[in-house]
Amino acid sequence: MSGSPSPDALVVGAGIVGAACAWELARAGVRVSVLEAGLPGGGATAAGMGHVVVLDDNEPEFRLAKLSHELWSALAPELPAGAEFTRPGTLWVAADGEELDAAARRAAAYDSRGVAAELLDARQLAEAEPELRDGLAGGLLVRDDAVVYPPCVVPWLLDGARRAGAQVDAGRRVAAIEGRAVRCADGGRREAAWVVLATGAWAPELVPGLPVRRRKGHLVVTDRYPGFVRHQLVELGYLKSAHGTGSESVAFNVQPRPSGQLLVGSSRQLGVDDDAIDHRLLSRMLRRALEYLPGLARRHALRAWTGFRAATPDGQPLIGPWPGHDGLLLATGHEGLGITTAFGTAWLVADMVLGRPSPLPREPYLPARLAGSAP
Amino acid sequence: MSAIATVDCDVLVVGAGPAGLAAAGAAARAGAGVVVLDDNAGPGGQIWRGAGAGVAAPDARAAAPWLDALEHPRVQPLAGARLFAQPAPGLALAETPAGPLAVRHVRAVLCPGARELFLPFPGWTLPGVAGAGGLSALVKSGTPVAGQRVVVAGSGPLLFAVARELKRHGARVLLIAEQAPRGRVARFAAGLWRWPAKLADALAHRAALAGVPYRTGSWPVEALGGEALAAVRVSDGRRVREIPCDRLACGFGLVPNAEPARLFGCAIAAGGAVATGARQETSVPGVFAAGEAAGIAGLEAALAEGAIAGLAAAGAGEIPAGPRRARERARAFGAAIARAFALRDDLRALARPETVVCRCEDVTRGALADQPGWRAAKLHTRCGMGPCQGRVCGPAAEFLFGWGAESVRPPAFPVRLESLAAAGEVPPGGTEGP
Repeated sequence: MSGSPSPDALVVGAGIVGAACAWELARAGVRVSVLEAGLPGGGATAAGMGHVVVLDDNEPEFRLAKLSHELWSALAPELPAGAEFTRPGTLWVAADGEELDAAARRAAAYDSRGVAAELLDARQLAEAEPELRDGLAGGLLVRDDAVVYPPCVVPWLLDGARRAGAQVDAGRRVAAIEGRAVRCADGGRREAAWVVLATGAWAPELVPGLPVRRRKGHLVVTDRYPGFVRHQLVELGYLKSAHGTGSESVAFNVQPRPSGQLLVGSSRQLGVDDDAIDHRLLSRMLRRALEYLPGLARRHALRAWTGFRAATPDGQPLIGPWPGHDGLLLATGHEGLGITTAFGTAWLVADMVLGRPSPLPREPYLPARLAGSAP
Repeated sequence: MSAIATVDCDVLVVGAGPAGLAAAGAAARAGAGVVVLDDNAGPGGQIWRGAGAGVAAPDARAAAPWLDALEHPRVQPLAGARLFAQPAPGLALAETPAGPLAVRHVRAVLCPGARELFLPFPGWTLPGVAGAGGLSALVKSGTPVAGQRVVVAGSGPLLFAVARELKRHGARVLLIAEQAPRGRVARFAAGLWRWPAKLADALAHRAALAGVPYRTGSWPVEALGGEALAAVRVSDGRRVREIPCDRLACGFGLVPNAEPARLFGCAIAAGGAVATGARQETSVPGVFAAGEAAGIAGLEAALAEGAIAGLAAAGAGEIPAGPRRARERARAFGAAIARAFALRDDLRALARPETVVCRCEDVTRGALADQPGWRAAKLHTRCGMGPCQGRVCGPAAEFLFGWGAESVRPPAFPVRLESLAAAGEVPPGGTEGP
């Protein structure tokens, strides 16, 4: 035997981001161990909508989402049926002329960067989505945006990682990160050249001081109403809600599932740690949805639930080393884009572990940019 | 915005079956203003279904004095109203045909009853196969069975009541198949003298069902048929008999409807019933539970517990000895039933890998076999995620795989989005801390 041994990595957290990191690393020849406290894919991964969306609010967000969307698309044919990967497209709904102007600017920007997007006028919007209320100005249709059922993607990724030699420990809680090692709640200790922290909104529990906050969201799923809406419908004001720093916001965001069910969102709430349904905010969220889709009022809601996004102060994820912690790579802070950007994140993490160059600039995501900022 | 209809009361009673009726009557007589919510069209619950509607139900006479509670001037019954959320303590949201309704209350008595346990076996989804209690309810509300060949199978005394109801409506009951072994059933029957009313019931059933074969140690293993049920295969552990029939009514005992209590945050005891104390109080202050939801023990227990809970919720200091003694006697009967009719392990093996367990989402036993628990099963297979919210497959999966029940979140039942939206727009009432 000669040469240096291949690096090894401990991935802490098996949500979509951790599972994608484990999958990418294992296939690249890294010896990987995954440690997940609960059910793989059972946290924010299961709570979200599973919208694979190329957001374009700013350049870094766009680049990571675009790369990830390409990776999702390449994988789509291999995904299991339960992953329900479909491409309904995203239809951004403009309520008035001002929003339609913004939509036109975004259409041009998408177009210039190779993303199929088209502007719809009021009539075209009504034809595309007859259940939308009258009087809307138009819309922006991003055709290739996809939806997926992430809880069934995670086990598939972990199986793939296992086949590439990874070890997956579900139900093992990591109590502390100690340099290039982790200590488990059951007392066990594991060492590795790299520790990849992918515990989403819970990352600060293992690395105190990380600038990640829990941003609570609510979702509602309906009974089956096939054809009620055809695209993922999002109000153009959504970006304001998603990127705003206010303590609370709601936005109209409805997704048709392949089952015919509808997912109805969305809400954002900072500074709340309990996962109970907040009826006051749920009401606001549903009223917003009913403003756009009045016919939804008499349709039946089956369930409501909540989840926690990992929010950062500047809205960009934390991907890379954290100053003062040798061997630690962060993969968290994805806010509402964790499903979309899981694969781009995994790619960057693998590049860092293997010392490879990356296909896009890493700087906007490097956690060091926020070192010293309050969480 | 808050155009939502709102009613105020001292005591909210959820459920208008025997326990709820007893609770409402006791609370009203003790001076409390009472609102009774029930999601059925009329009061009476499962056991007295239709008794208040002038239907010539056999139990109408027994039910009448209890139904009188709803005539009390301090009682406001609301039929067709289904509890779906508790946005804040002292505030319950129900969906009614007229829209959402908010009930502001000081205390609550939860009496949502029980439902039948239905265990999956090959062919159970064929038309013609039904829950025993479900078929009984259908027959009471007009579904014709005259001249049809029916097999009643499962476990417990309820099978007799169902068979009797079917026979009364002209069905030919070919067989009652009881899964419990002969020895246990015989011991149970020999001990019935301790509950004379139950003994009288049993004798009346026996007389009414003269000529209907009753086989202990027998259980259905497969329903056969193409488009609809043609026959059922019944096993006694040694051999399997095939019985041609038009209907198969199955019930494997009762499971408490604990959803309203879970919604209110009440602790659940082992076995799935709401945990209650001497005054029928739950773990949540001001919230009481009575009847089958607080432990399967039958009609007399429901009436006694309802009366105790109603008094306690109305603020009565002392609970009279009468209902307390009645409760103890009735609970002893419930315990005897649980012992005698405990389900045999053979029933866990009936469903094959391709047998559907969750009908709403078409999930087979094979798809569930590898899941470590309920949450994983829900996430990865959607078992229990359909419109019935796991009410049918939930207890079955818990029996098959030993999984613990999941928590309940609003809406506890499928409700219109406008109703769910209204839930956050009512100011909580609750003038007095419980």
